[in-house]
This record gives sequence, C-alpha cells and structure tokens, in this order.
Amino acid sequence: MTTHHRLRVEDVHLGYDEREIVGGLSLEVPPSRITMIVGANACGKSTLLRGIARLLRPTAGAVYLDDRSIHQQSTRSVATVVGILPQAPSAPDGITVGDLVARGRYPHQGWFGRRTAEDEAAVAEAMLATGTVDLADRPVDELSGGQRQRAWIAMALAQRTDILLLDEPTTYLDVSHQVEVLDLLTDLNRRLGTTIVIVLHDLNLACRYADHLVAMKEGKVAAEGRPSEVVTEATVTEVFGMPSRIVADPVSGTPMVVPIGRHHGGAAAPSSGPVPVGAPEQR
Amino acid sequence: MADVLTAENADAARVGAAKRALRDARRRRSARSRTVTLLLALAGCGAFLAALCVGEYTVSVPEVLASLAGYGDDGTDFIVLGLRLPRALTGVLVGVAFGLSGAIFQRMLHNPLASPDIIGISFGASAAAVVAITVFGLGGAVVSGLAFGGALACAVGVYLLAWRRGVGGYRLVLVGVGVGALLSSTISYLLSRADIYAAQQAMVWLTGSLNGVGWPQALVPAAALAVLLPLTAALARPLRGLQFGDDSARGLGVLVEPSRFALVVVGVALTAVATAAAGPLAFVAFLADPIARRLTGGTALAPPALVGALVVLVADFTAQHLMGGVQFPAGVVTGAVGAPYLLWLMARSSRIGRSG
Ligand SMILES: Nc1ncnc2c1ncn2[C@@H]1O[C@H](COP(=O)(O)OP(=O)(O)O)[C@@H](O)[C@H]1O
Ligand SMILES: [Mg+2]
Repeated sequence: MTTHHRLRVEDVHLGYDEREIVGGLSLEVPPSRITMIVGANACGKSTLLRGIARLLRPTAGAVYLDDRSIHQQSTRSVATVVGILPQAPSAPDGITVGDLVARGRYPHQGWFGRRTAEDEAAVAEAMLATGTVDLADRPVDELSGGQRQRAWIAMALAQRTDILLLDEPTTYLDVSHQVEVLDLLTDLNRRLGTTIVIVLHDLNLACRYADHLVAMKEGKVAAEGRPSEVVTEATVTEVFGMPSRIVADPVSGTPMVVPIGRHHGGAAAPSSGPVPVGAPEQR
Repeated sequence: MADVLTAENADAARVGAAKRALRDARRRRSARSRTVTLLLALAGCGAFLAALCVGEYTVSVPEVLASLAGYGDDGTDFIVLGLRLPRALTGVLVGVAFGLSGAIFQRMLHNPLASPDIIGISFGASAAAVVAITVFGLGGAVVSGLAFGGALACAVGVYLLAWRRGVGGYRLVLVGVGVGALLSSTISYLLSRADIYAAQQAMVWLTGSLNGVGWPQALVPAAALAVLLPLTAALARPLRGLQFGDDSARGLGVLVEPSRFALVVVGVALTAVATAAAGPLAFVAFLADPIARRLTGGTALAPPALVGALVVLVADFTAQHLMGGVQFPAGVVTGAVGAPYLLWLMARSSRIGRSG
C-alpha cells in the first residue's frame, strides 16, 4: 500500500490583471479518487484548475502539494507528480503523434532527452490505452478533433504522474468516445490509485464517474461531496440557474439531471431513457 | 487464476508489440532526419568549396585543398586564403546565426512570421546603420558596431513594450511588427534626405552583402559564435518544451519566463552579430527553419543552421558570378527567393483562417 500525494487548495484568489475570477476558494482533493468540477460557463473552472497546476500564480492564498506550497517547489519535481491537460493545448507545427506523446516524458528526462526503457514503456502504454498507436506517424494538425484529443490525453498519461488534472478532456468527442475516455481515466484511477481531477461540462457523466463532485458558482465552491448528496434540484437551480428534475440514472443509479426548459414543463417526469444535459462549452 | 495470468500475458504482449511499432516509426523518422542533415552538410561543403574555387581567377579543387592544407603556392594562397576564405567563412557563420535565430524565435513563439527579420530586430540594426552612414558619414567597422547596438536596443525596446506581467508570445510578435514598421519609415525618411552617394552606400548595406569582407570582419562573428553556439545547444531543451505553449510547458516543468528570456537574449545576439557582419540579408532567418523542418520532419537545431549557411553561400555565389558580370549584393538573391514564400505563407494562413 503506497501513500499517494495530497493536494489542498487554501483560500486561494486567482485572476487576470486586476480582475479577480476565483475569490477565496478552499478545497481538499481526496487522494486516489476522481474529483469532478462542474459549473456554468465562465464561472472560473479552468482558472481554478490552472491555479491548482501552478500555471497561474495566486494573488493570495496557496495550493499545497504534500503540505508545501506548490509555487515554492521546483517546477520540474512538481511535473513528475502533477500532470495537466489544459483546455486548449497547442502543438508545434507538423509534430507527429508519436513525438507529441513522447514529450510527456520531458520532466523525467535529462538535459539531452535520452530515452530510457521506462520512457518507452510509458509512451507505449499511454498510446495503447488511448488507441493512438496506429496514429504514431501522423502529424497532429491533420487529425480529427477526437483523434487529437486522444493524442493529448496520451501525452498526459505518458507523464505518469500520481495526480492528473484535465480540463474538459471530452470536448470534441462524440458520446461513445466521451464514455471511453472517462472509462479509461477510471481504469487508471482503480489500477494505480491515480488522483484525478476533471473539469467536465456534462453534469450527468460527472455524476456517474465522480467520487467527489465540486459545484462551482462565480469562483466559489457552491457545494461539494458525493454526487448523490450534491446534486439536488435546489443546487442545480442555484449553480446553473436552471429548474430541473433529478431522477436516478437507469444505468448507474447516480443522480441524473433532466432540465425542464420553458416548453416542456407540463409533461410528466420521464421515467426512463437518457436525456442529454448541457451543450459543449463554447471556446 | 489462470485467467488472470493469460490476461497479464496478453497485456504484456500488446505493450511489447506497441513498443516495437513505435520504435520502428521513430527509427524511420530519425533515419530520414539524419540523412537529410548529412546531405545538407555535404551540399554546404560543396558550396563552400565552389566559393573558394570560382572567381576572376579560377582555382582548381586540388589547388584549393593544397592551399587549405598549407602546401599552396603564394599566388594561390593569397587568392584562396587571403581573399576568398574569409568571405566564404563569414557566409557560413552569418547563415548559421540567421538560421538558428529564426528557428529560435519561430519555434518559441509558435509563429512562422516571428523571425527576427519580420519582428523588427533587424530593423533596429538597419536604422542604426543608416543613421551612421547618412547622418554621420561613417563607414566600415563603426557601422557594424552601431548596427549591433541598434539590434540590441530595438530588441530591449520590443521586449519592454510587450511586457505585461510576463511576455506573451503573440504580443511580442505584434509589438515587434509595429516597431519594425516605425523604424522602416524612419529609414525611408533618412534615405530621402541623404545625399545620393551616402544613400547608395546605405542601400547596399540594407540589402546585405559579403562584398569586401576580409579576415578582420570574419573574426568577429567567429568569436561571437564560439560563445553563442554552446549557449544555443544548452537552451535546446527548454525550447523543445516551450514549443507546446505556455500552459503545457509549465505543466511539463519548464521555467517558462527565465527560459524565454534566455532564448530571446541568445536569439537577438545571433541576429545582431550576423546583421552587423553582413547586413540584414533578407529572409534567411525567416526561411531556414521552415525549409529545414519540411526536409527533415523533425525539430533538431542543426538542420536550420545548415540551411541558413547553404542559402547564404548559394546566394552570395549567385550574386557574384551568375548575374551576367555584374556583382550584386547577396541580399538581392535571398530577397528574390524569400518574398514569394512570405506571400504564399500569408495567403495560406489567411485562407485557413488562422493568423500565422
Ligand atoms: N487568459 C485570460 N485572460 C483574461 N481573462 C480570462 C483569461 N482566461 C479566462 N478569463 C476570464 O475568466 C473568467 C473565467 O474563465 P474560465 O476559468 O475559463 O471559466 P470556465 O472554465 O469555468 O468556463 C471568464 O470571464 C473569462 O473571460
Ligand atoms: Mg473552461
């Protein structure tokens, strides 16, 4: 039984220039669990994740990795423990998928980028898990959105960190690939005990896959806990400003949010059949 | 139990097969990159040798080699070692410096338009040189020294103007283009006010040329590159990380701000040294890395350096010997090749709707 790294956010303030986006947020990320962050567009989910991953320096408060402020540790050693897939990553012109994924080994490599057996194994496993082995020779900028997203996830997996942060990893993917990616991340969590934090726009998938759900509103935590505790009609109204019904997901038994909208409010609550919630976030 | 074991064996087999497939793919890519690099080096040697052989008096290859080895006669030694070698050597050094500085800026800023001759740094050198020539009537090494200072001053100005709690890549390009436009109109103004002789001299400098380069002019870039090449090699690793954009680079553990600052310093120094030695030589920095990457399909730094050297040697050879008896500045040739590529790049990027 190995111990896992711990991540804690303490009264953190984050913003751009003078504008504060996240104002005094605290959060304990449960180790070896899957945490999902949900919330309306522009409520500061990406900003929080960037703050947690030390991409953005807080104006006050701090993020602690194993009880030491993450900004006071060497960025390279943090990179061997915490991996991040940003919301809109950009690849160098013409780079192939194989080279992209191999770049995930960067923090583990010496100055001249010599490849070790562990590097090779990590890259091969990451590409197998994401089904990108056959794409190895293809330039990233010529891939479809879904293929590209899988290549980026493979790069994050190849980094083999104990904590993995992903910002909307299922954008651009159709439903079956969304489920595939979340299953893959769950495998990783169950197999290696990797702590995973995901910003997700699909509330129902978040409920299904999260051990711990964090609902954000205007840069603050509005509610957190097990999905079944957090997702009530009252919190959905508060966080998303949307009246809804909550039913049990027929597959997993987790809460499923059925939005009411303006045109169908009179109908009886549906008793079965999945109802899509929320559109992919605009970039 | 048996099921678990077979499952694990199957897993191991799958990983093994994937490793082999990936290793093969990587070998193919690096074999291609190595072959292309070797061919570029050979072509560079050929162009270098041609520069030593051809001229008013043609010297044969064996005679050139004898001179280089120290067994030549006095007359050949004078032509090959005294006149042609410093010029060809400067061509190589200048090409390497331009090629590397272009690769550094374009890769660091993820923008093929971000080379130092497009984002204004070369204009700093040019403006200083034109002031020196047309206003103060200076020439020779003083002009080169002032051009060097002008490039540095311009780069510092661009960096400070672009600074807003750190320097974002895109802002650096925009500010650079703006400063470049400002300086280029200053240059036009100075040229329009200058007397005809000074203006002509300034125009030759602005085009970029290796005419009249001897040993004293060759030693400066040689000494500078002896320092800058190891620094560039040392910065290759952070440059590889920075190519992924600031967020991913930080996530991978790159010290983004210090690395970018160091790369800007080295890139600017390379441009300044090369421009001081040979003038701006249009488009060499801009062209070298895109050509190298198209040829190799990789991201090593030797290929753009070799392409830069090859382009300068070929351009200087063409300008000296292939323009019907008239000696042109080498920058005329690089400009004639580079301008259509710039137009093509702009047309292409506006068609796919991304600004570079
Ligand atoms: N780089 C940036 N510079 C300035 N403002 C930003 C930047 N990134 C995000 N913002 C602003 O911060 C707010 C929160 O954005 P974000 O954290 O991306 O929201 P979410 O991920 O929840 O949709 C938005 O109003 C957005 O406009
Ligand atoms: Mg976001």
